[in-house]
Amino acid sequence: MFTAPLVVAYPYKRTVGTLLSRFFQSLQEGRLEGTKGSDGRVYFPPAEFDPVTGRQLDEWVTLAETGTVVTWAWQSAPQPDQPLERPFAWALITLDGADVPLLHAVDAGDIARIRTGSRVKVRWADERSGGIRDIACFDLLEGAS
Amino acid sequence: MARRDVAIVATAQRPNEVGSTLTSVELILPVINDVIAKVGIERQKIGFWCHGSCDYMSGQPFSFVAAVDAIGAWPPIVESHVEGDGALALYEAWVKIQTGECDVALVFSNGKTTSGPIDRILNLQADPYMVTPLWPGFDSLAALQARACLDAGVLSEADMAEVAARSYRDALNNPIAYAKENVTAEQLLARPYTTAPLRAHDCGVPVDGANAIILAAGDAARSLAERPAWIRGIDHRIDTQRLGARSMTESSSAAIAAAKAGVGDDRIDIAELHAPYTHQEILLRRAMNLGEGTHVNPSGGALVSNPAMAAGLARFAEAAESVFSGSADRVLAHCTSGPMLQQNLVCVMEGE
Repeated sequence: MFTAPLVVAYPYKRTVGTLLSRFFQSLQEGRLEGTKGSDGRVYFPPAEFDPVTGRQLDEWVTLAETGTVVTWAWQSAPQPDQPLERPFAWALITLDGADVPLLHAVDAGDIARIRTGSRVKVRWADERSGGIRDIACFDLLEGAS
Repeated sequence: MARRDVAIVATAQRPNEVGSTLTSVELILPVINDVIAKVGIERQKIGFWCHGSCDYMSGQPFSFVAAVDAIGAWPPIVESHVEGDGALALYEAWVKIQTGECDVALVFSNGKTTSGPIDRILNLQADPYMVTPLWPGFDSLAALQARACLDAGVLSEADMAEVAARSYRDALNNPIAYAKENVTAEQLLARPYTTAPLRAHDCGVPVDGANAIILAAGDAARSLAERPAWIRGIDHRIDTQRLGARSMTESSSAAIAAAKAGVGDDRIDIAELHAPYTHQEILLRRAMNLGEGTHVNPSGGALVSNPAMAAGLARFAEAAESVFSGSADRVLAHCTSGPMLQQNLVCVMEGE
């Protein structure tokens, strides 16, 4: 039986609320800000509500552009819309000063160059519009891993 | 309020396939007719119909409404839909029977997983601001979890390959399983990485499938089946959607759900675990404390046929059938949902 292509898209806008508004604005301005949870852990990206207690979080912490890879996976064939067009690593990265890691891409170039514990640094996007993609990806810190 | 005794009394599953061009209705209709014929019940006696599926997969908003054509809405019926796996619809039906509003319910699910890029579509289940805009895919997220487990020494790549080899070999005895192969772990380890540290055999095979189950309470169950699979405990728990805030090396929600469902109260003969990735089966076995005496996924599990939104209910069907046949007395059925074992539903069933 024949099939025909069907592409569905929903190009709406939605309000992100006060916490994410501040976060996205800080990213656009080139700053990294997280929030502190009830157990003292610092979340980046910021948690709006404490994952443990559900309490609303409003204590902000400014973080460094450097961090450490806590786990990673190798995307050997990048897919559409992913952060990089050449093979790269997905990683959970704990920024210096944060306790809870974020998901992002590391432009490691080759699978042999990255490992758990690798040190990385934010590469900002050339054009920033307020969103997690304002961080283009992370670069390996040469010689540090 | 005393809990009502509820059992699975019949199941039906269609053979899993790839590249189906059937509509959802065409996919569902045969399993509905099949499961009703197995118990010989009049359709009007079914007090509740509950459907699990995902509109994103068919690319049609409200496609589940069209699916009602497969069950017939005249004379009027009481029905509901869960945007998720059919196992979650089974949970809803179990609650409905607990309220006393009906004695017999029919649960069904379908997943046309191969009509779109499922790894990409499932991204829409993730955090819409922090994760979805990066489009990581579920295989990549599972690979991050697997690496953390490997780093922590919780498991090895050989352990993962053993899970796959056992599943592929067990599937040889399952006529509706899609992927099957007489293969050893050693042979699998020689194959290349797809999303390192995962190889192709570590990831469940996306397929198209559909299934249906009839639940009944008390005497109604005894009149419909020779040996009903009685639900002794059922519980559903969810970990935080923040991937970084979760433990990568254990599944706390699965452990809580298993404890609440009474998994540890007695021996489990057969456990049908919905583990779309090899390392996740190992994490689930650990979280539920399943020992050597438990045969895990004799059907081959979701690794050999993973019809998204139907693979969890398929675990219930497989576990219940082993009670019907008398090959097992106390069984476990499990369903997961979301990236990295985010949600876990655990059910313990027994024969009388």
